[in-house]
Amino acid sequence: MAEHRSPVDGAPLVTLYDEELPPDNSYAFSPEELEEDEMILNMGPQHPSTHGVLRVELKTDGEIVKDARPHIGYLHRNFEKHAENIDYQGVIPFTDRMDYVGSMGNSLAYALTVEKLLGIGVGERVAGIRVITAELQRIASHLLAMGTYGMDIGAFTPFLLCFQQRERILDLFEWLCGARLLYNYNWVGGVSHDLPEGWTDKCRRFLDEFVPVLDEVDKLLSHNKIFIRRTADIGIITPEMAKDYALSGPNLRGSGIDWDLRRDDPYLGYENYDFDVVVATSPHGPVGSCWDRYFVRVREMYESVKIVRQALDRLPAEGDVHENVPRFVRPLAGEAYCRSEAPRGELAFYIVAENKKPIPYRVKGRSPCFVAMGLFHEITRGEMIADIIAIIGSLDIVLGEIDR
Amino acid sequence: MNAASIIERLAAHLGLDEDSFESDAEAKDPWVRIPGDRLLAAAEFLKGDPELDFDTLHCVSGVDWPGDDPPAIEVVYHLTSLGRKHWIVLKTRVGRQGGSLPTVETVWKTANWHERETYDLFGVRFEGHSDHRRILLPADWPGHPLLRDWEWPETWHKIPVKAGRQMTERAEGGQMTGVGPFD
Repeated sequence: MAEHRSPVDGAPLVTLYDEELPPDNSYAFSPEELEEDEMILNMGPQHPSTHGVLRVELKTDGEIVKDARPHIGYLHRNFEKHAENIDYQGVIPFTDRMDYVGSMGNSLAYALTVEKLLGIGVGERVAGIRVITAELQRIASHLLAMGTYGMDIGAFTPFLLCFQQRERILDLFEWLCGARLLYNYNWVGGVSHDLPEGWTDKCRRFLDEFVPVLDEVDKLLSHNKIFIRRTADIGIITPEMAKDYALSGPNLRGSGIDWDLRRDDPYLGYENYDFDVVVATSPHGPVGSCWDRYFVRVREMYESVKIVRQALDRLPAEGDVHENVPRFVRPLAGEAYCRSEAPRGELAFYIVAENKKPIPYRVKGRSPCFVAMGLFHEITRGEMIADIIAIIGSLDIVLGEIDR
Repeated sequence: MNAASIIERLAAHLGLDEDSFESDAEAKDPWVRIPGDRLLAAAEFLKGDPELDFDTLHCVSGVDWPGDDPPAIEVVYHLTSLGRKHWIVLKTRVGRQGGSLPTVETVWKTANWHERETYDLFGVRFEGHSDHRRILLPADWPGHPLLRDWEWPETWHKIPVKAGRQMTERAEGGQMTGVGPFD
């Protein structure tokens, strides 16, 4: 066994492989390369506006950011390794913890992938319930994005109004499955609990009361002159860049590209719902700015309300939500890749199965936030430090999903 | 364009004969496996050809196959065409010990972080990569954890590494962690 010392602090390390350790990666810029007046500045990992434990290494010249490199991995727990040791259903709680403010979307994407692998479908009632929960989750997640974005820029009131409404969605979820954030709700082949009695009425009441509040927050924040001046011409992502970096979800549509998996590769019967794909129209500046991405989220909430209303109307009254849940998940050898439109973009899982084994051979989560963070250095070059905050907020990242 | 014609077009362009590539157009996700040295040419063609127009690289994943002959790590590229609404999976194999592939970062910029992740967790090197560092794990983490024969260290910087190791041991002993609906 080779003797190794840590390149970071020189501590002796036990390594299992007789290979050379990779070089220290804790800094991307070296002090020797700096020009006059430049300095390296660390933002995070405990910065309140980095939405988690993100560390951004900035090369600054005064207030101007010359270059930026995000450092991720502070929340890394490698659920992909754990998934090699647990049965298929047991991976679901791990996926919940990826994007911890949009858990319904994660477990849904995973369940869809395993169902694709097994070649099973779900009943109409389960599909309806999944659409309702996924869209409510999208509203909750976008409310969080909208509220915290306002707060990052300096507007406090929208945050309170958004969180009040988000709390009501969490209450609905708590009533549904007992948990407020990490639900373990979407199972392979079904959902864990049927809708309780009276839930749909309460949900309808919420939607009726939510829309006027959203109108109000929209009036308060979206078209506020100061807010527009702070966001409408920074962090420009051109459509070419967005494609090159494989952005997805509101970030992609914020660059003016008309693409939504719910319409273009429908699952769960989304093709039967009447809704519009929200694409940025950029009335206040160049297309692909922070304001565009923000406003796509705001308008998407109205579309989600439309979808939930339709799903509630056509939800079959009867149906066992455990009907298609397999007693054992033992797929044949093969692989499946299934993408879905989660609140933050296209979340996909890639699962490789060995023949009739209860444990997946390989599970890979394709995280939209990880991908979005990959272009961070491109859109921050030349901006002011205060605008970095606005850009991070506009990408709507969750570090639990980036680090997995 | 359907999967069979995408695969046919790609194979024709690369001049690959029946023996040097495998494909399955009928699979759940149609895939094509090409030799590693043709990867860059394939990527450039898939993106540049106006009929194929694979403008986004959706995901890059590694899968370790130590039991295969020869033992290999499979690197899987999931491609999407937003313009033409079609999908294909490009696979290639690389040796487990010190294997390397050309980077496709020059074709799709998003590959930068995906390849860093594949290097970090599998140890696959990407030739010509502009920023070849670990991404998720600390620089001094021992080994590449997603290799099937990777072993949990006892400690890391004097921090006991316990939970994950116990889980692996339980699974190897035939005991599964019961968190499923019927446990």
